[in-house]
Amino acid sequence: MALTVVSQIFPREMIPAVLPLIEDKLQHSKEIIRRKAVQALYKFYLIAPNQVQHIHDKFRKALCDRDVGVMAASLHIYLQMIKKNASGYKDLTESFVSILKQVVGGKLPIDFNYHSVPAPWLQIQLLRILGLLGKDDPRTSELMYDVLDESLRRAEINHNITYAILFECVQTIYTICPKSDLLEKAAKCIGKFVLSPKINLKYLGLKALTYVIQQDPNLALQHQMTIIECLDHPDPIIKRETLELLYRITNGQNVTVIVQKMLDYLRQSKEEYTIINLTGKIAELVEKYAPDNEWFIQTMNAVFSVGGDVMHPDIPNNFLRLLAEGFDDEKEDEELRLYAVQSYLSLLEEEDTFYPQKFLQVMSWVLGEYSYLINDGDPEVIITRLHRLLKQTFVTSETKAWIMTAVTKMSSRMSCSKTVDKLIQEFSTSLDTCMRQYAFELKHLCENKELMKNLFPLDASCDEIMVDASLSFLDGFVAEGLSCGAAPYKPHHQRQEEKLSQEKALNFEPYGLSFTSNMSSSGFTGRQSPAGLSLGSDMSGNSAELGQKETNCLKLDGVRKLWGKEGYLPKKENKTGKEDKTQPVPQDSILTAHVVDPPLMQSEQQVVSLSEEEKEKQQLASTLFVGLGSNSTISLMGRADIITQKLKKKSKISETQNSEEASSFQNIATLPFSPLPDTTPNNKENFQGNEHLGLRKISLSSSEVLEASVSFETSQSVTEVGLDEQLSNCRLSTSSLFADSNIEVFQPPQNVPDIVANKAPLSLCLPEELAGHPHSEIVELCSSDILTVYWCKVWTDDCSRLVLFVANNSTSPLKTVNLVFESAEHFKIFESLSCHFPVIEAQSMESCQKCVQLEKVCTEGVLSGSISYHLDTDTHLEFSLTFSLSDFIRPMKMTTEDFGRLWLSFSNDVKQNLKMSPSQGSLSIALNALKQKLKLHIVEIIGNEGIAACRLLPSVPCLLHCRTHARTLALWFRSSCSALPDSLLYQCQKVMEEA
Amino acid sequence: MIKFFLMVNKQGQTRLSRYYEHVEIHKRTMLEAEVIKNCLSRSKEQCSFIEYKDFKLVYRQYAALFIVVGINETENEMAVYELIHNFVEVLDRYFSRVEKWYVMLNDQEVNDNSHYHLTKTNTHLSFFFQSELDVSFPIMFNLDRVHIILDEMVLNGCIVETNKNRILAPLFVLDKMAES
Repeated sequence: MALTVVSQIFPREMIPAVLPLIEDKLQHSKEIIRRKAVQALYKFYLIAPNQVQHIHDKFRKALCDRDVGVMAASLHIYLQMIKKNASGYKDLTESFVSILKQVVGGKLPIDFNYHSVPAPWLQIQLLRILGLLGKDDPRTSELMYDVLDESLRRAEINHNITYAILFECVQTIYTICPKSDLLEKAAKCIGKFVLSPKINLKYLGLKALTYVIQQDPNLALQHQMTIIECLDHPDPIIKRETLELLYRITNGQNVTVIVQKMLDYLRQSKEEYTIINLTGKIAELVEKYAPDNEWFIQTMNAVFSVGGDVMHPDIPNNFLRLLAEGFDDEKEDEELRLYAVQSYLSLLEEEDTFYPQKFLQVMSWVLGEYSYLINDGDPEVIITRLHRLLKQTFVTSETKAWIMTAVTKMSSRMSCSKTVDKLIQEFSTSLDTCMRQYAFELKHLCENKELMKNLFPLDASCDEIMVDASLSFLDGFVAEGLSCGAAPYKPHHQRQEEKLSQEKALNFEPYGLSFTSNMSSSGFTGRQSPAGLSLGSDMSGNSAELGQKETNCLKLDGVRKLWGKEGYLPKKENKTGKEDKTQPVPQDSILTAHVVDPPLMQSEQQVVSLSEEEKEKQQLASTLFVGLGSNSTISLMGRADIITQKLKKKSKISETQNSEEASSFQNIATLPFSPLPDTTPNNKENFQGNEHLGLRKISLSSSEVLEASVSFETSQSVTEVGLDEQLSNCRLSTSSLFADSNIEVFQPPQNVPDIVANKAPLSLCLPEELAGHPHSEIVELCSSDILTVYWCKVWTDDCSRLVLFVANNSTSPLKTVNLVFESAEHFKIFESLSCHFPVIEAQSMESCQKCVQLEKVCTEGVLSGSISYHLDTDTHLEFSLTFSLSDFIRPMKMTTEDFGRLWLSFSNDVKQNLKMSPSQGSLSIALNALKQKLKLHIVEIIGNEGIAACRLLPSVPCLLHCRTHARTLALWFRSSCSALPDSLLYQCQKVMEEA
Repeated sequence: MIKFFLMVNKQGQTRLSRYYEHVEIHKRTMLEAEVIKNCLSRSKEQCSFIEYKDFKLVYRQYAALFIVVGINETENEMAVYELIHNFVEVLDRYFSRVEKWYVMLNDQEVNDNSHYHLTKTNTHLSFFFQSELDVSFPIMFNLDRVHIILDEMVLNGCIVETNKNRILAPLFVLDKMAES
């Protein structure tokens, strides 16, 4: 009894206490006790598989128990274990097969029979196990063929339980590696099931068919007629199962019929769960196989109206995305959209019909976005219909918001509308604050058509609108604000927005700096042109700020939310990636971002219609990807000359981007880059930006050097010959030379007259006393528009030094800059946790050093801190950096004798065997890898054994003894510190894995 | 994997419920009500398997008593369907021993010989399961025994024992102890 309780409820914490007792019981003389003990172990396995790992051999014993019950109980454990890891138990296949053979052959005591079938549930269990074992394994499967055949043959008595066995058999046969005559028999079996008048059997047959059909679609053909009959079966459950089957065999040809059937079923079913499930499946099929537009829209309409509000939100989202992004064919897209608009219009025509909220939302979005596609239709009519909807009581406020958005979008395309005016009046006094706000926004927008057109460009539903949001809108506002000083007729939040941008205009340069953050700061410094202002405000934003601005200036909240999930966000990331090069955006994605951008900018200003825009985009894309980045730059610049000041600025941005693009193209394709025509000073600046980028990475790799050189080549104003020499220096330079060559290379830019002087501070060089030591590359830690912090680690003999460079990017000196580290759990920072710079001159750089020590042994830890400065307002920047144990490990020189003595004196040791890959063939190679990565000192190597020593700063020694033995590397650490061996072992493992 | 085991009468009252997966108490009543509604609405010609939410129901009707088992995708419906029958047979065998005692006790209530005849004609099912009255009485009065039987047969959602003698063995030992 106690054992039964154990196997029912048991806390995992108590397992260790009880386990030995239960293990004892496994040897008990009574079968029932043994059986219960095994069941209890099964429970343990379920709740804590690790704790019973050591008694796996006892399970085996149970499997071979002379009593059937005990054996059967152990099968449950095996089923679970085999489910997890089938390959580990292949050797048991034979035992399972022989057990099944005995069971099927009737060797069991008579009381195990159920309706004269020997132990049917046991058979089913065994068949399941065999199915798992034989999956994708021809050798194991071979062992089973006989017994499966036998089971099929024996199970011919007409009783439910034999059907159950047959069903399991069929499943197993189709799971394991197929054998033709078995398959044939199984197929026959299924046929019998499906054709059976017994309804339960029919169900089983359909289920089996559904399972089998993925492997063998021909079987479905054989039973075509039966399946069709089942479709019209009075029992909905049978229908349901048939639909499931059909869903699996759907293809391009039969999709219409199948979806039609599914829709019929959907209309009848009431249960929420079924609806959700089925709508999902239909939508999937429709999207995958839709033969034509008309059908697609019709079907989706049906899905929306039936599925209503319970269906998964992904379905309408996907649908809208499909509409918006379209397929490859432009014409087709337009037809699709046009058709969608028409069908929705006709749907809305009928008064007083109820549609689910989600369907209404979809409708209003599509109407708002694409209603212009109808040439003959009067937008007034559409608005009237939408207006009518707004007044319906069943429409929720969320849907109302969608509708309002649609109305707003549409009214931007027409000159004046009475309905809109009426609508505005009506809702300006609405009790719903949300609606009231929308109405006001609409009203104000209506009074300023120009702005409105800008806000809602035609067919900007996809990614385009995002780009608009972050660039052109603000631009428009700012330009206007500048031209007339104030901004009349603008909603409050827009005014605020504008004010914000103007504020930023005051300290404009910093924003220019941050735009080029990693590209270095030179890009826009000192250009006081007002046009740059909005650029500054745009570019300075991080993505969060961007998002906020978008929602502020665009009243498309409903739509925005929707897009935020899908197509929109990734794009935004690309943008941020572009604006802020600190993010490691893959080259490709940067490229695509660029590809998308330039034509957009043109299109905004020239109000290019959609198709042209896209074509242009494609053209540009193709040209770009051919690798002729310079072409596009030229063409852009050509445009830049003829357009206004504001536009000029934009083209400059794109130049920047293009030049970046160009260099990255060069980097990838290493194509010769044709020099750009002579450009404005800005252009040069931009290139210098690239120089910086390239140069800072010189120590990294030669490919980066290439990039740098490319940007030098493109920059015509720079004397190429001289540079080339310097660059070759760079290539040769080691990291310690880095600083020097850096300075040299930076001389030329200073000679260029147009540039604001003083680029030098940005050349990052280590203090002389540290330059000789190995160090990590200097990377940016954090930055604001005013200052940038770079950091690197320097590994000196006695400590790990953290060197921080604080660069003032602005034109005015920064006062009282404070850098403070938070006290970390694992690390200790010497001298003090803070660093204070009384003043940092404009465009100059200060550095500070901190000695970091590991206080508590850990494999990796984070050191965080913040930097604050005062300029107009207090600004606070946070950063964090990672240190790993290997930063604090230094070699420890000693002799073999010393090693022996020390080895004996240490008590903390850890041993571990690591697998070596063939490439790490010998011990010396492996040890050298460890030496390089972990800075060990190799004391001696004798044959297949080696000893090494290291110390954890300041002076905690750790000894390593290693030995190779047939592809394994046995590592043995000893140290006086208890935690050190463990952590070091972890580091070693990592090194070995990497190597 | 069996998720739950229910015995319900035609009026929709739950006579026995056993869950093999944790379900909150208040959710149980809701679940039971819906499950019963689903089963009751089906005719005898219809399939005994119902898809309900993300699991399947296998049910079998014995006169006024429904037995409903909730299973997941991996379980073999027909095997469970037969398991129910096996369970009923075990109950039958066990309670046939106490039948006389029971009939005497409830002579007033079950004073109807026609039902008794039914038992004679169908050897598989006991008197109780054939009666058209709400005769889950034996189950109600011996709920502990039914639970023990069920626990012997199904454990952690797995079918662990189907041999009738073995299922009843511990119970008979208990009864013997109670007698002495």
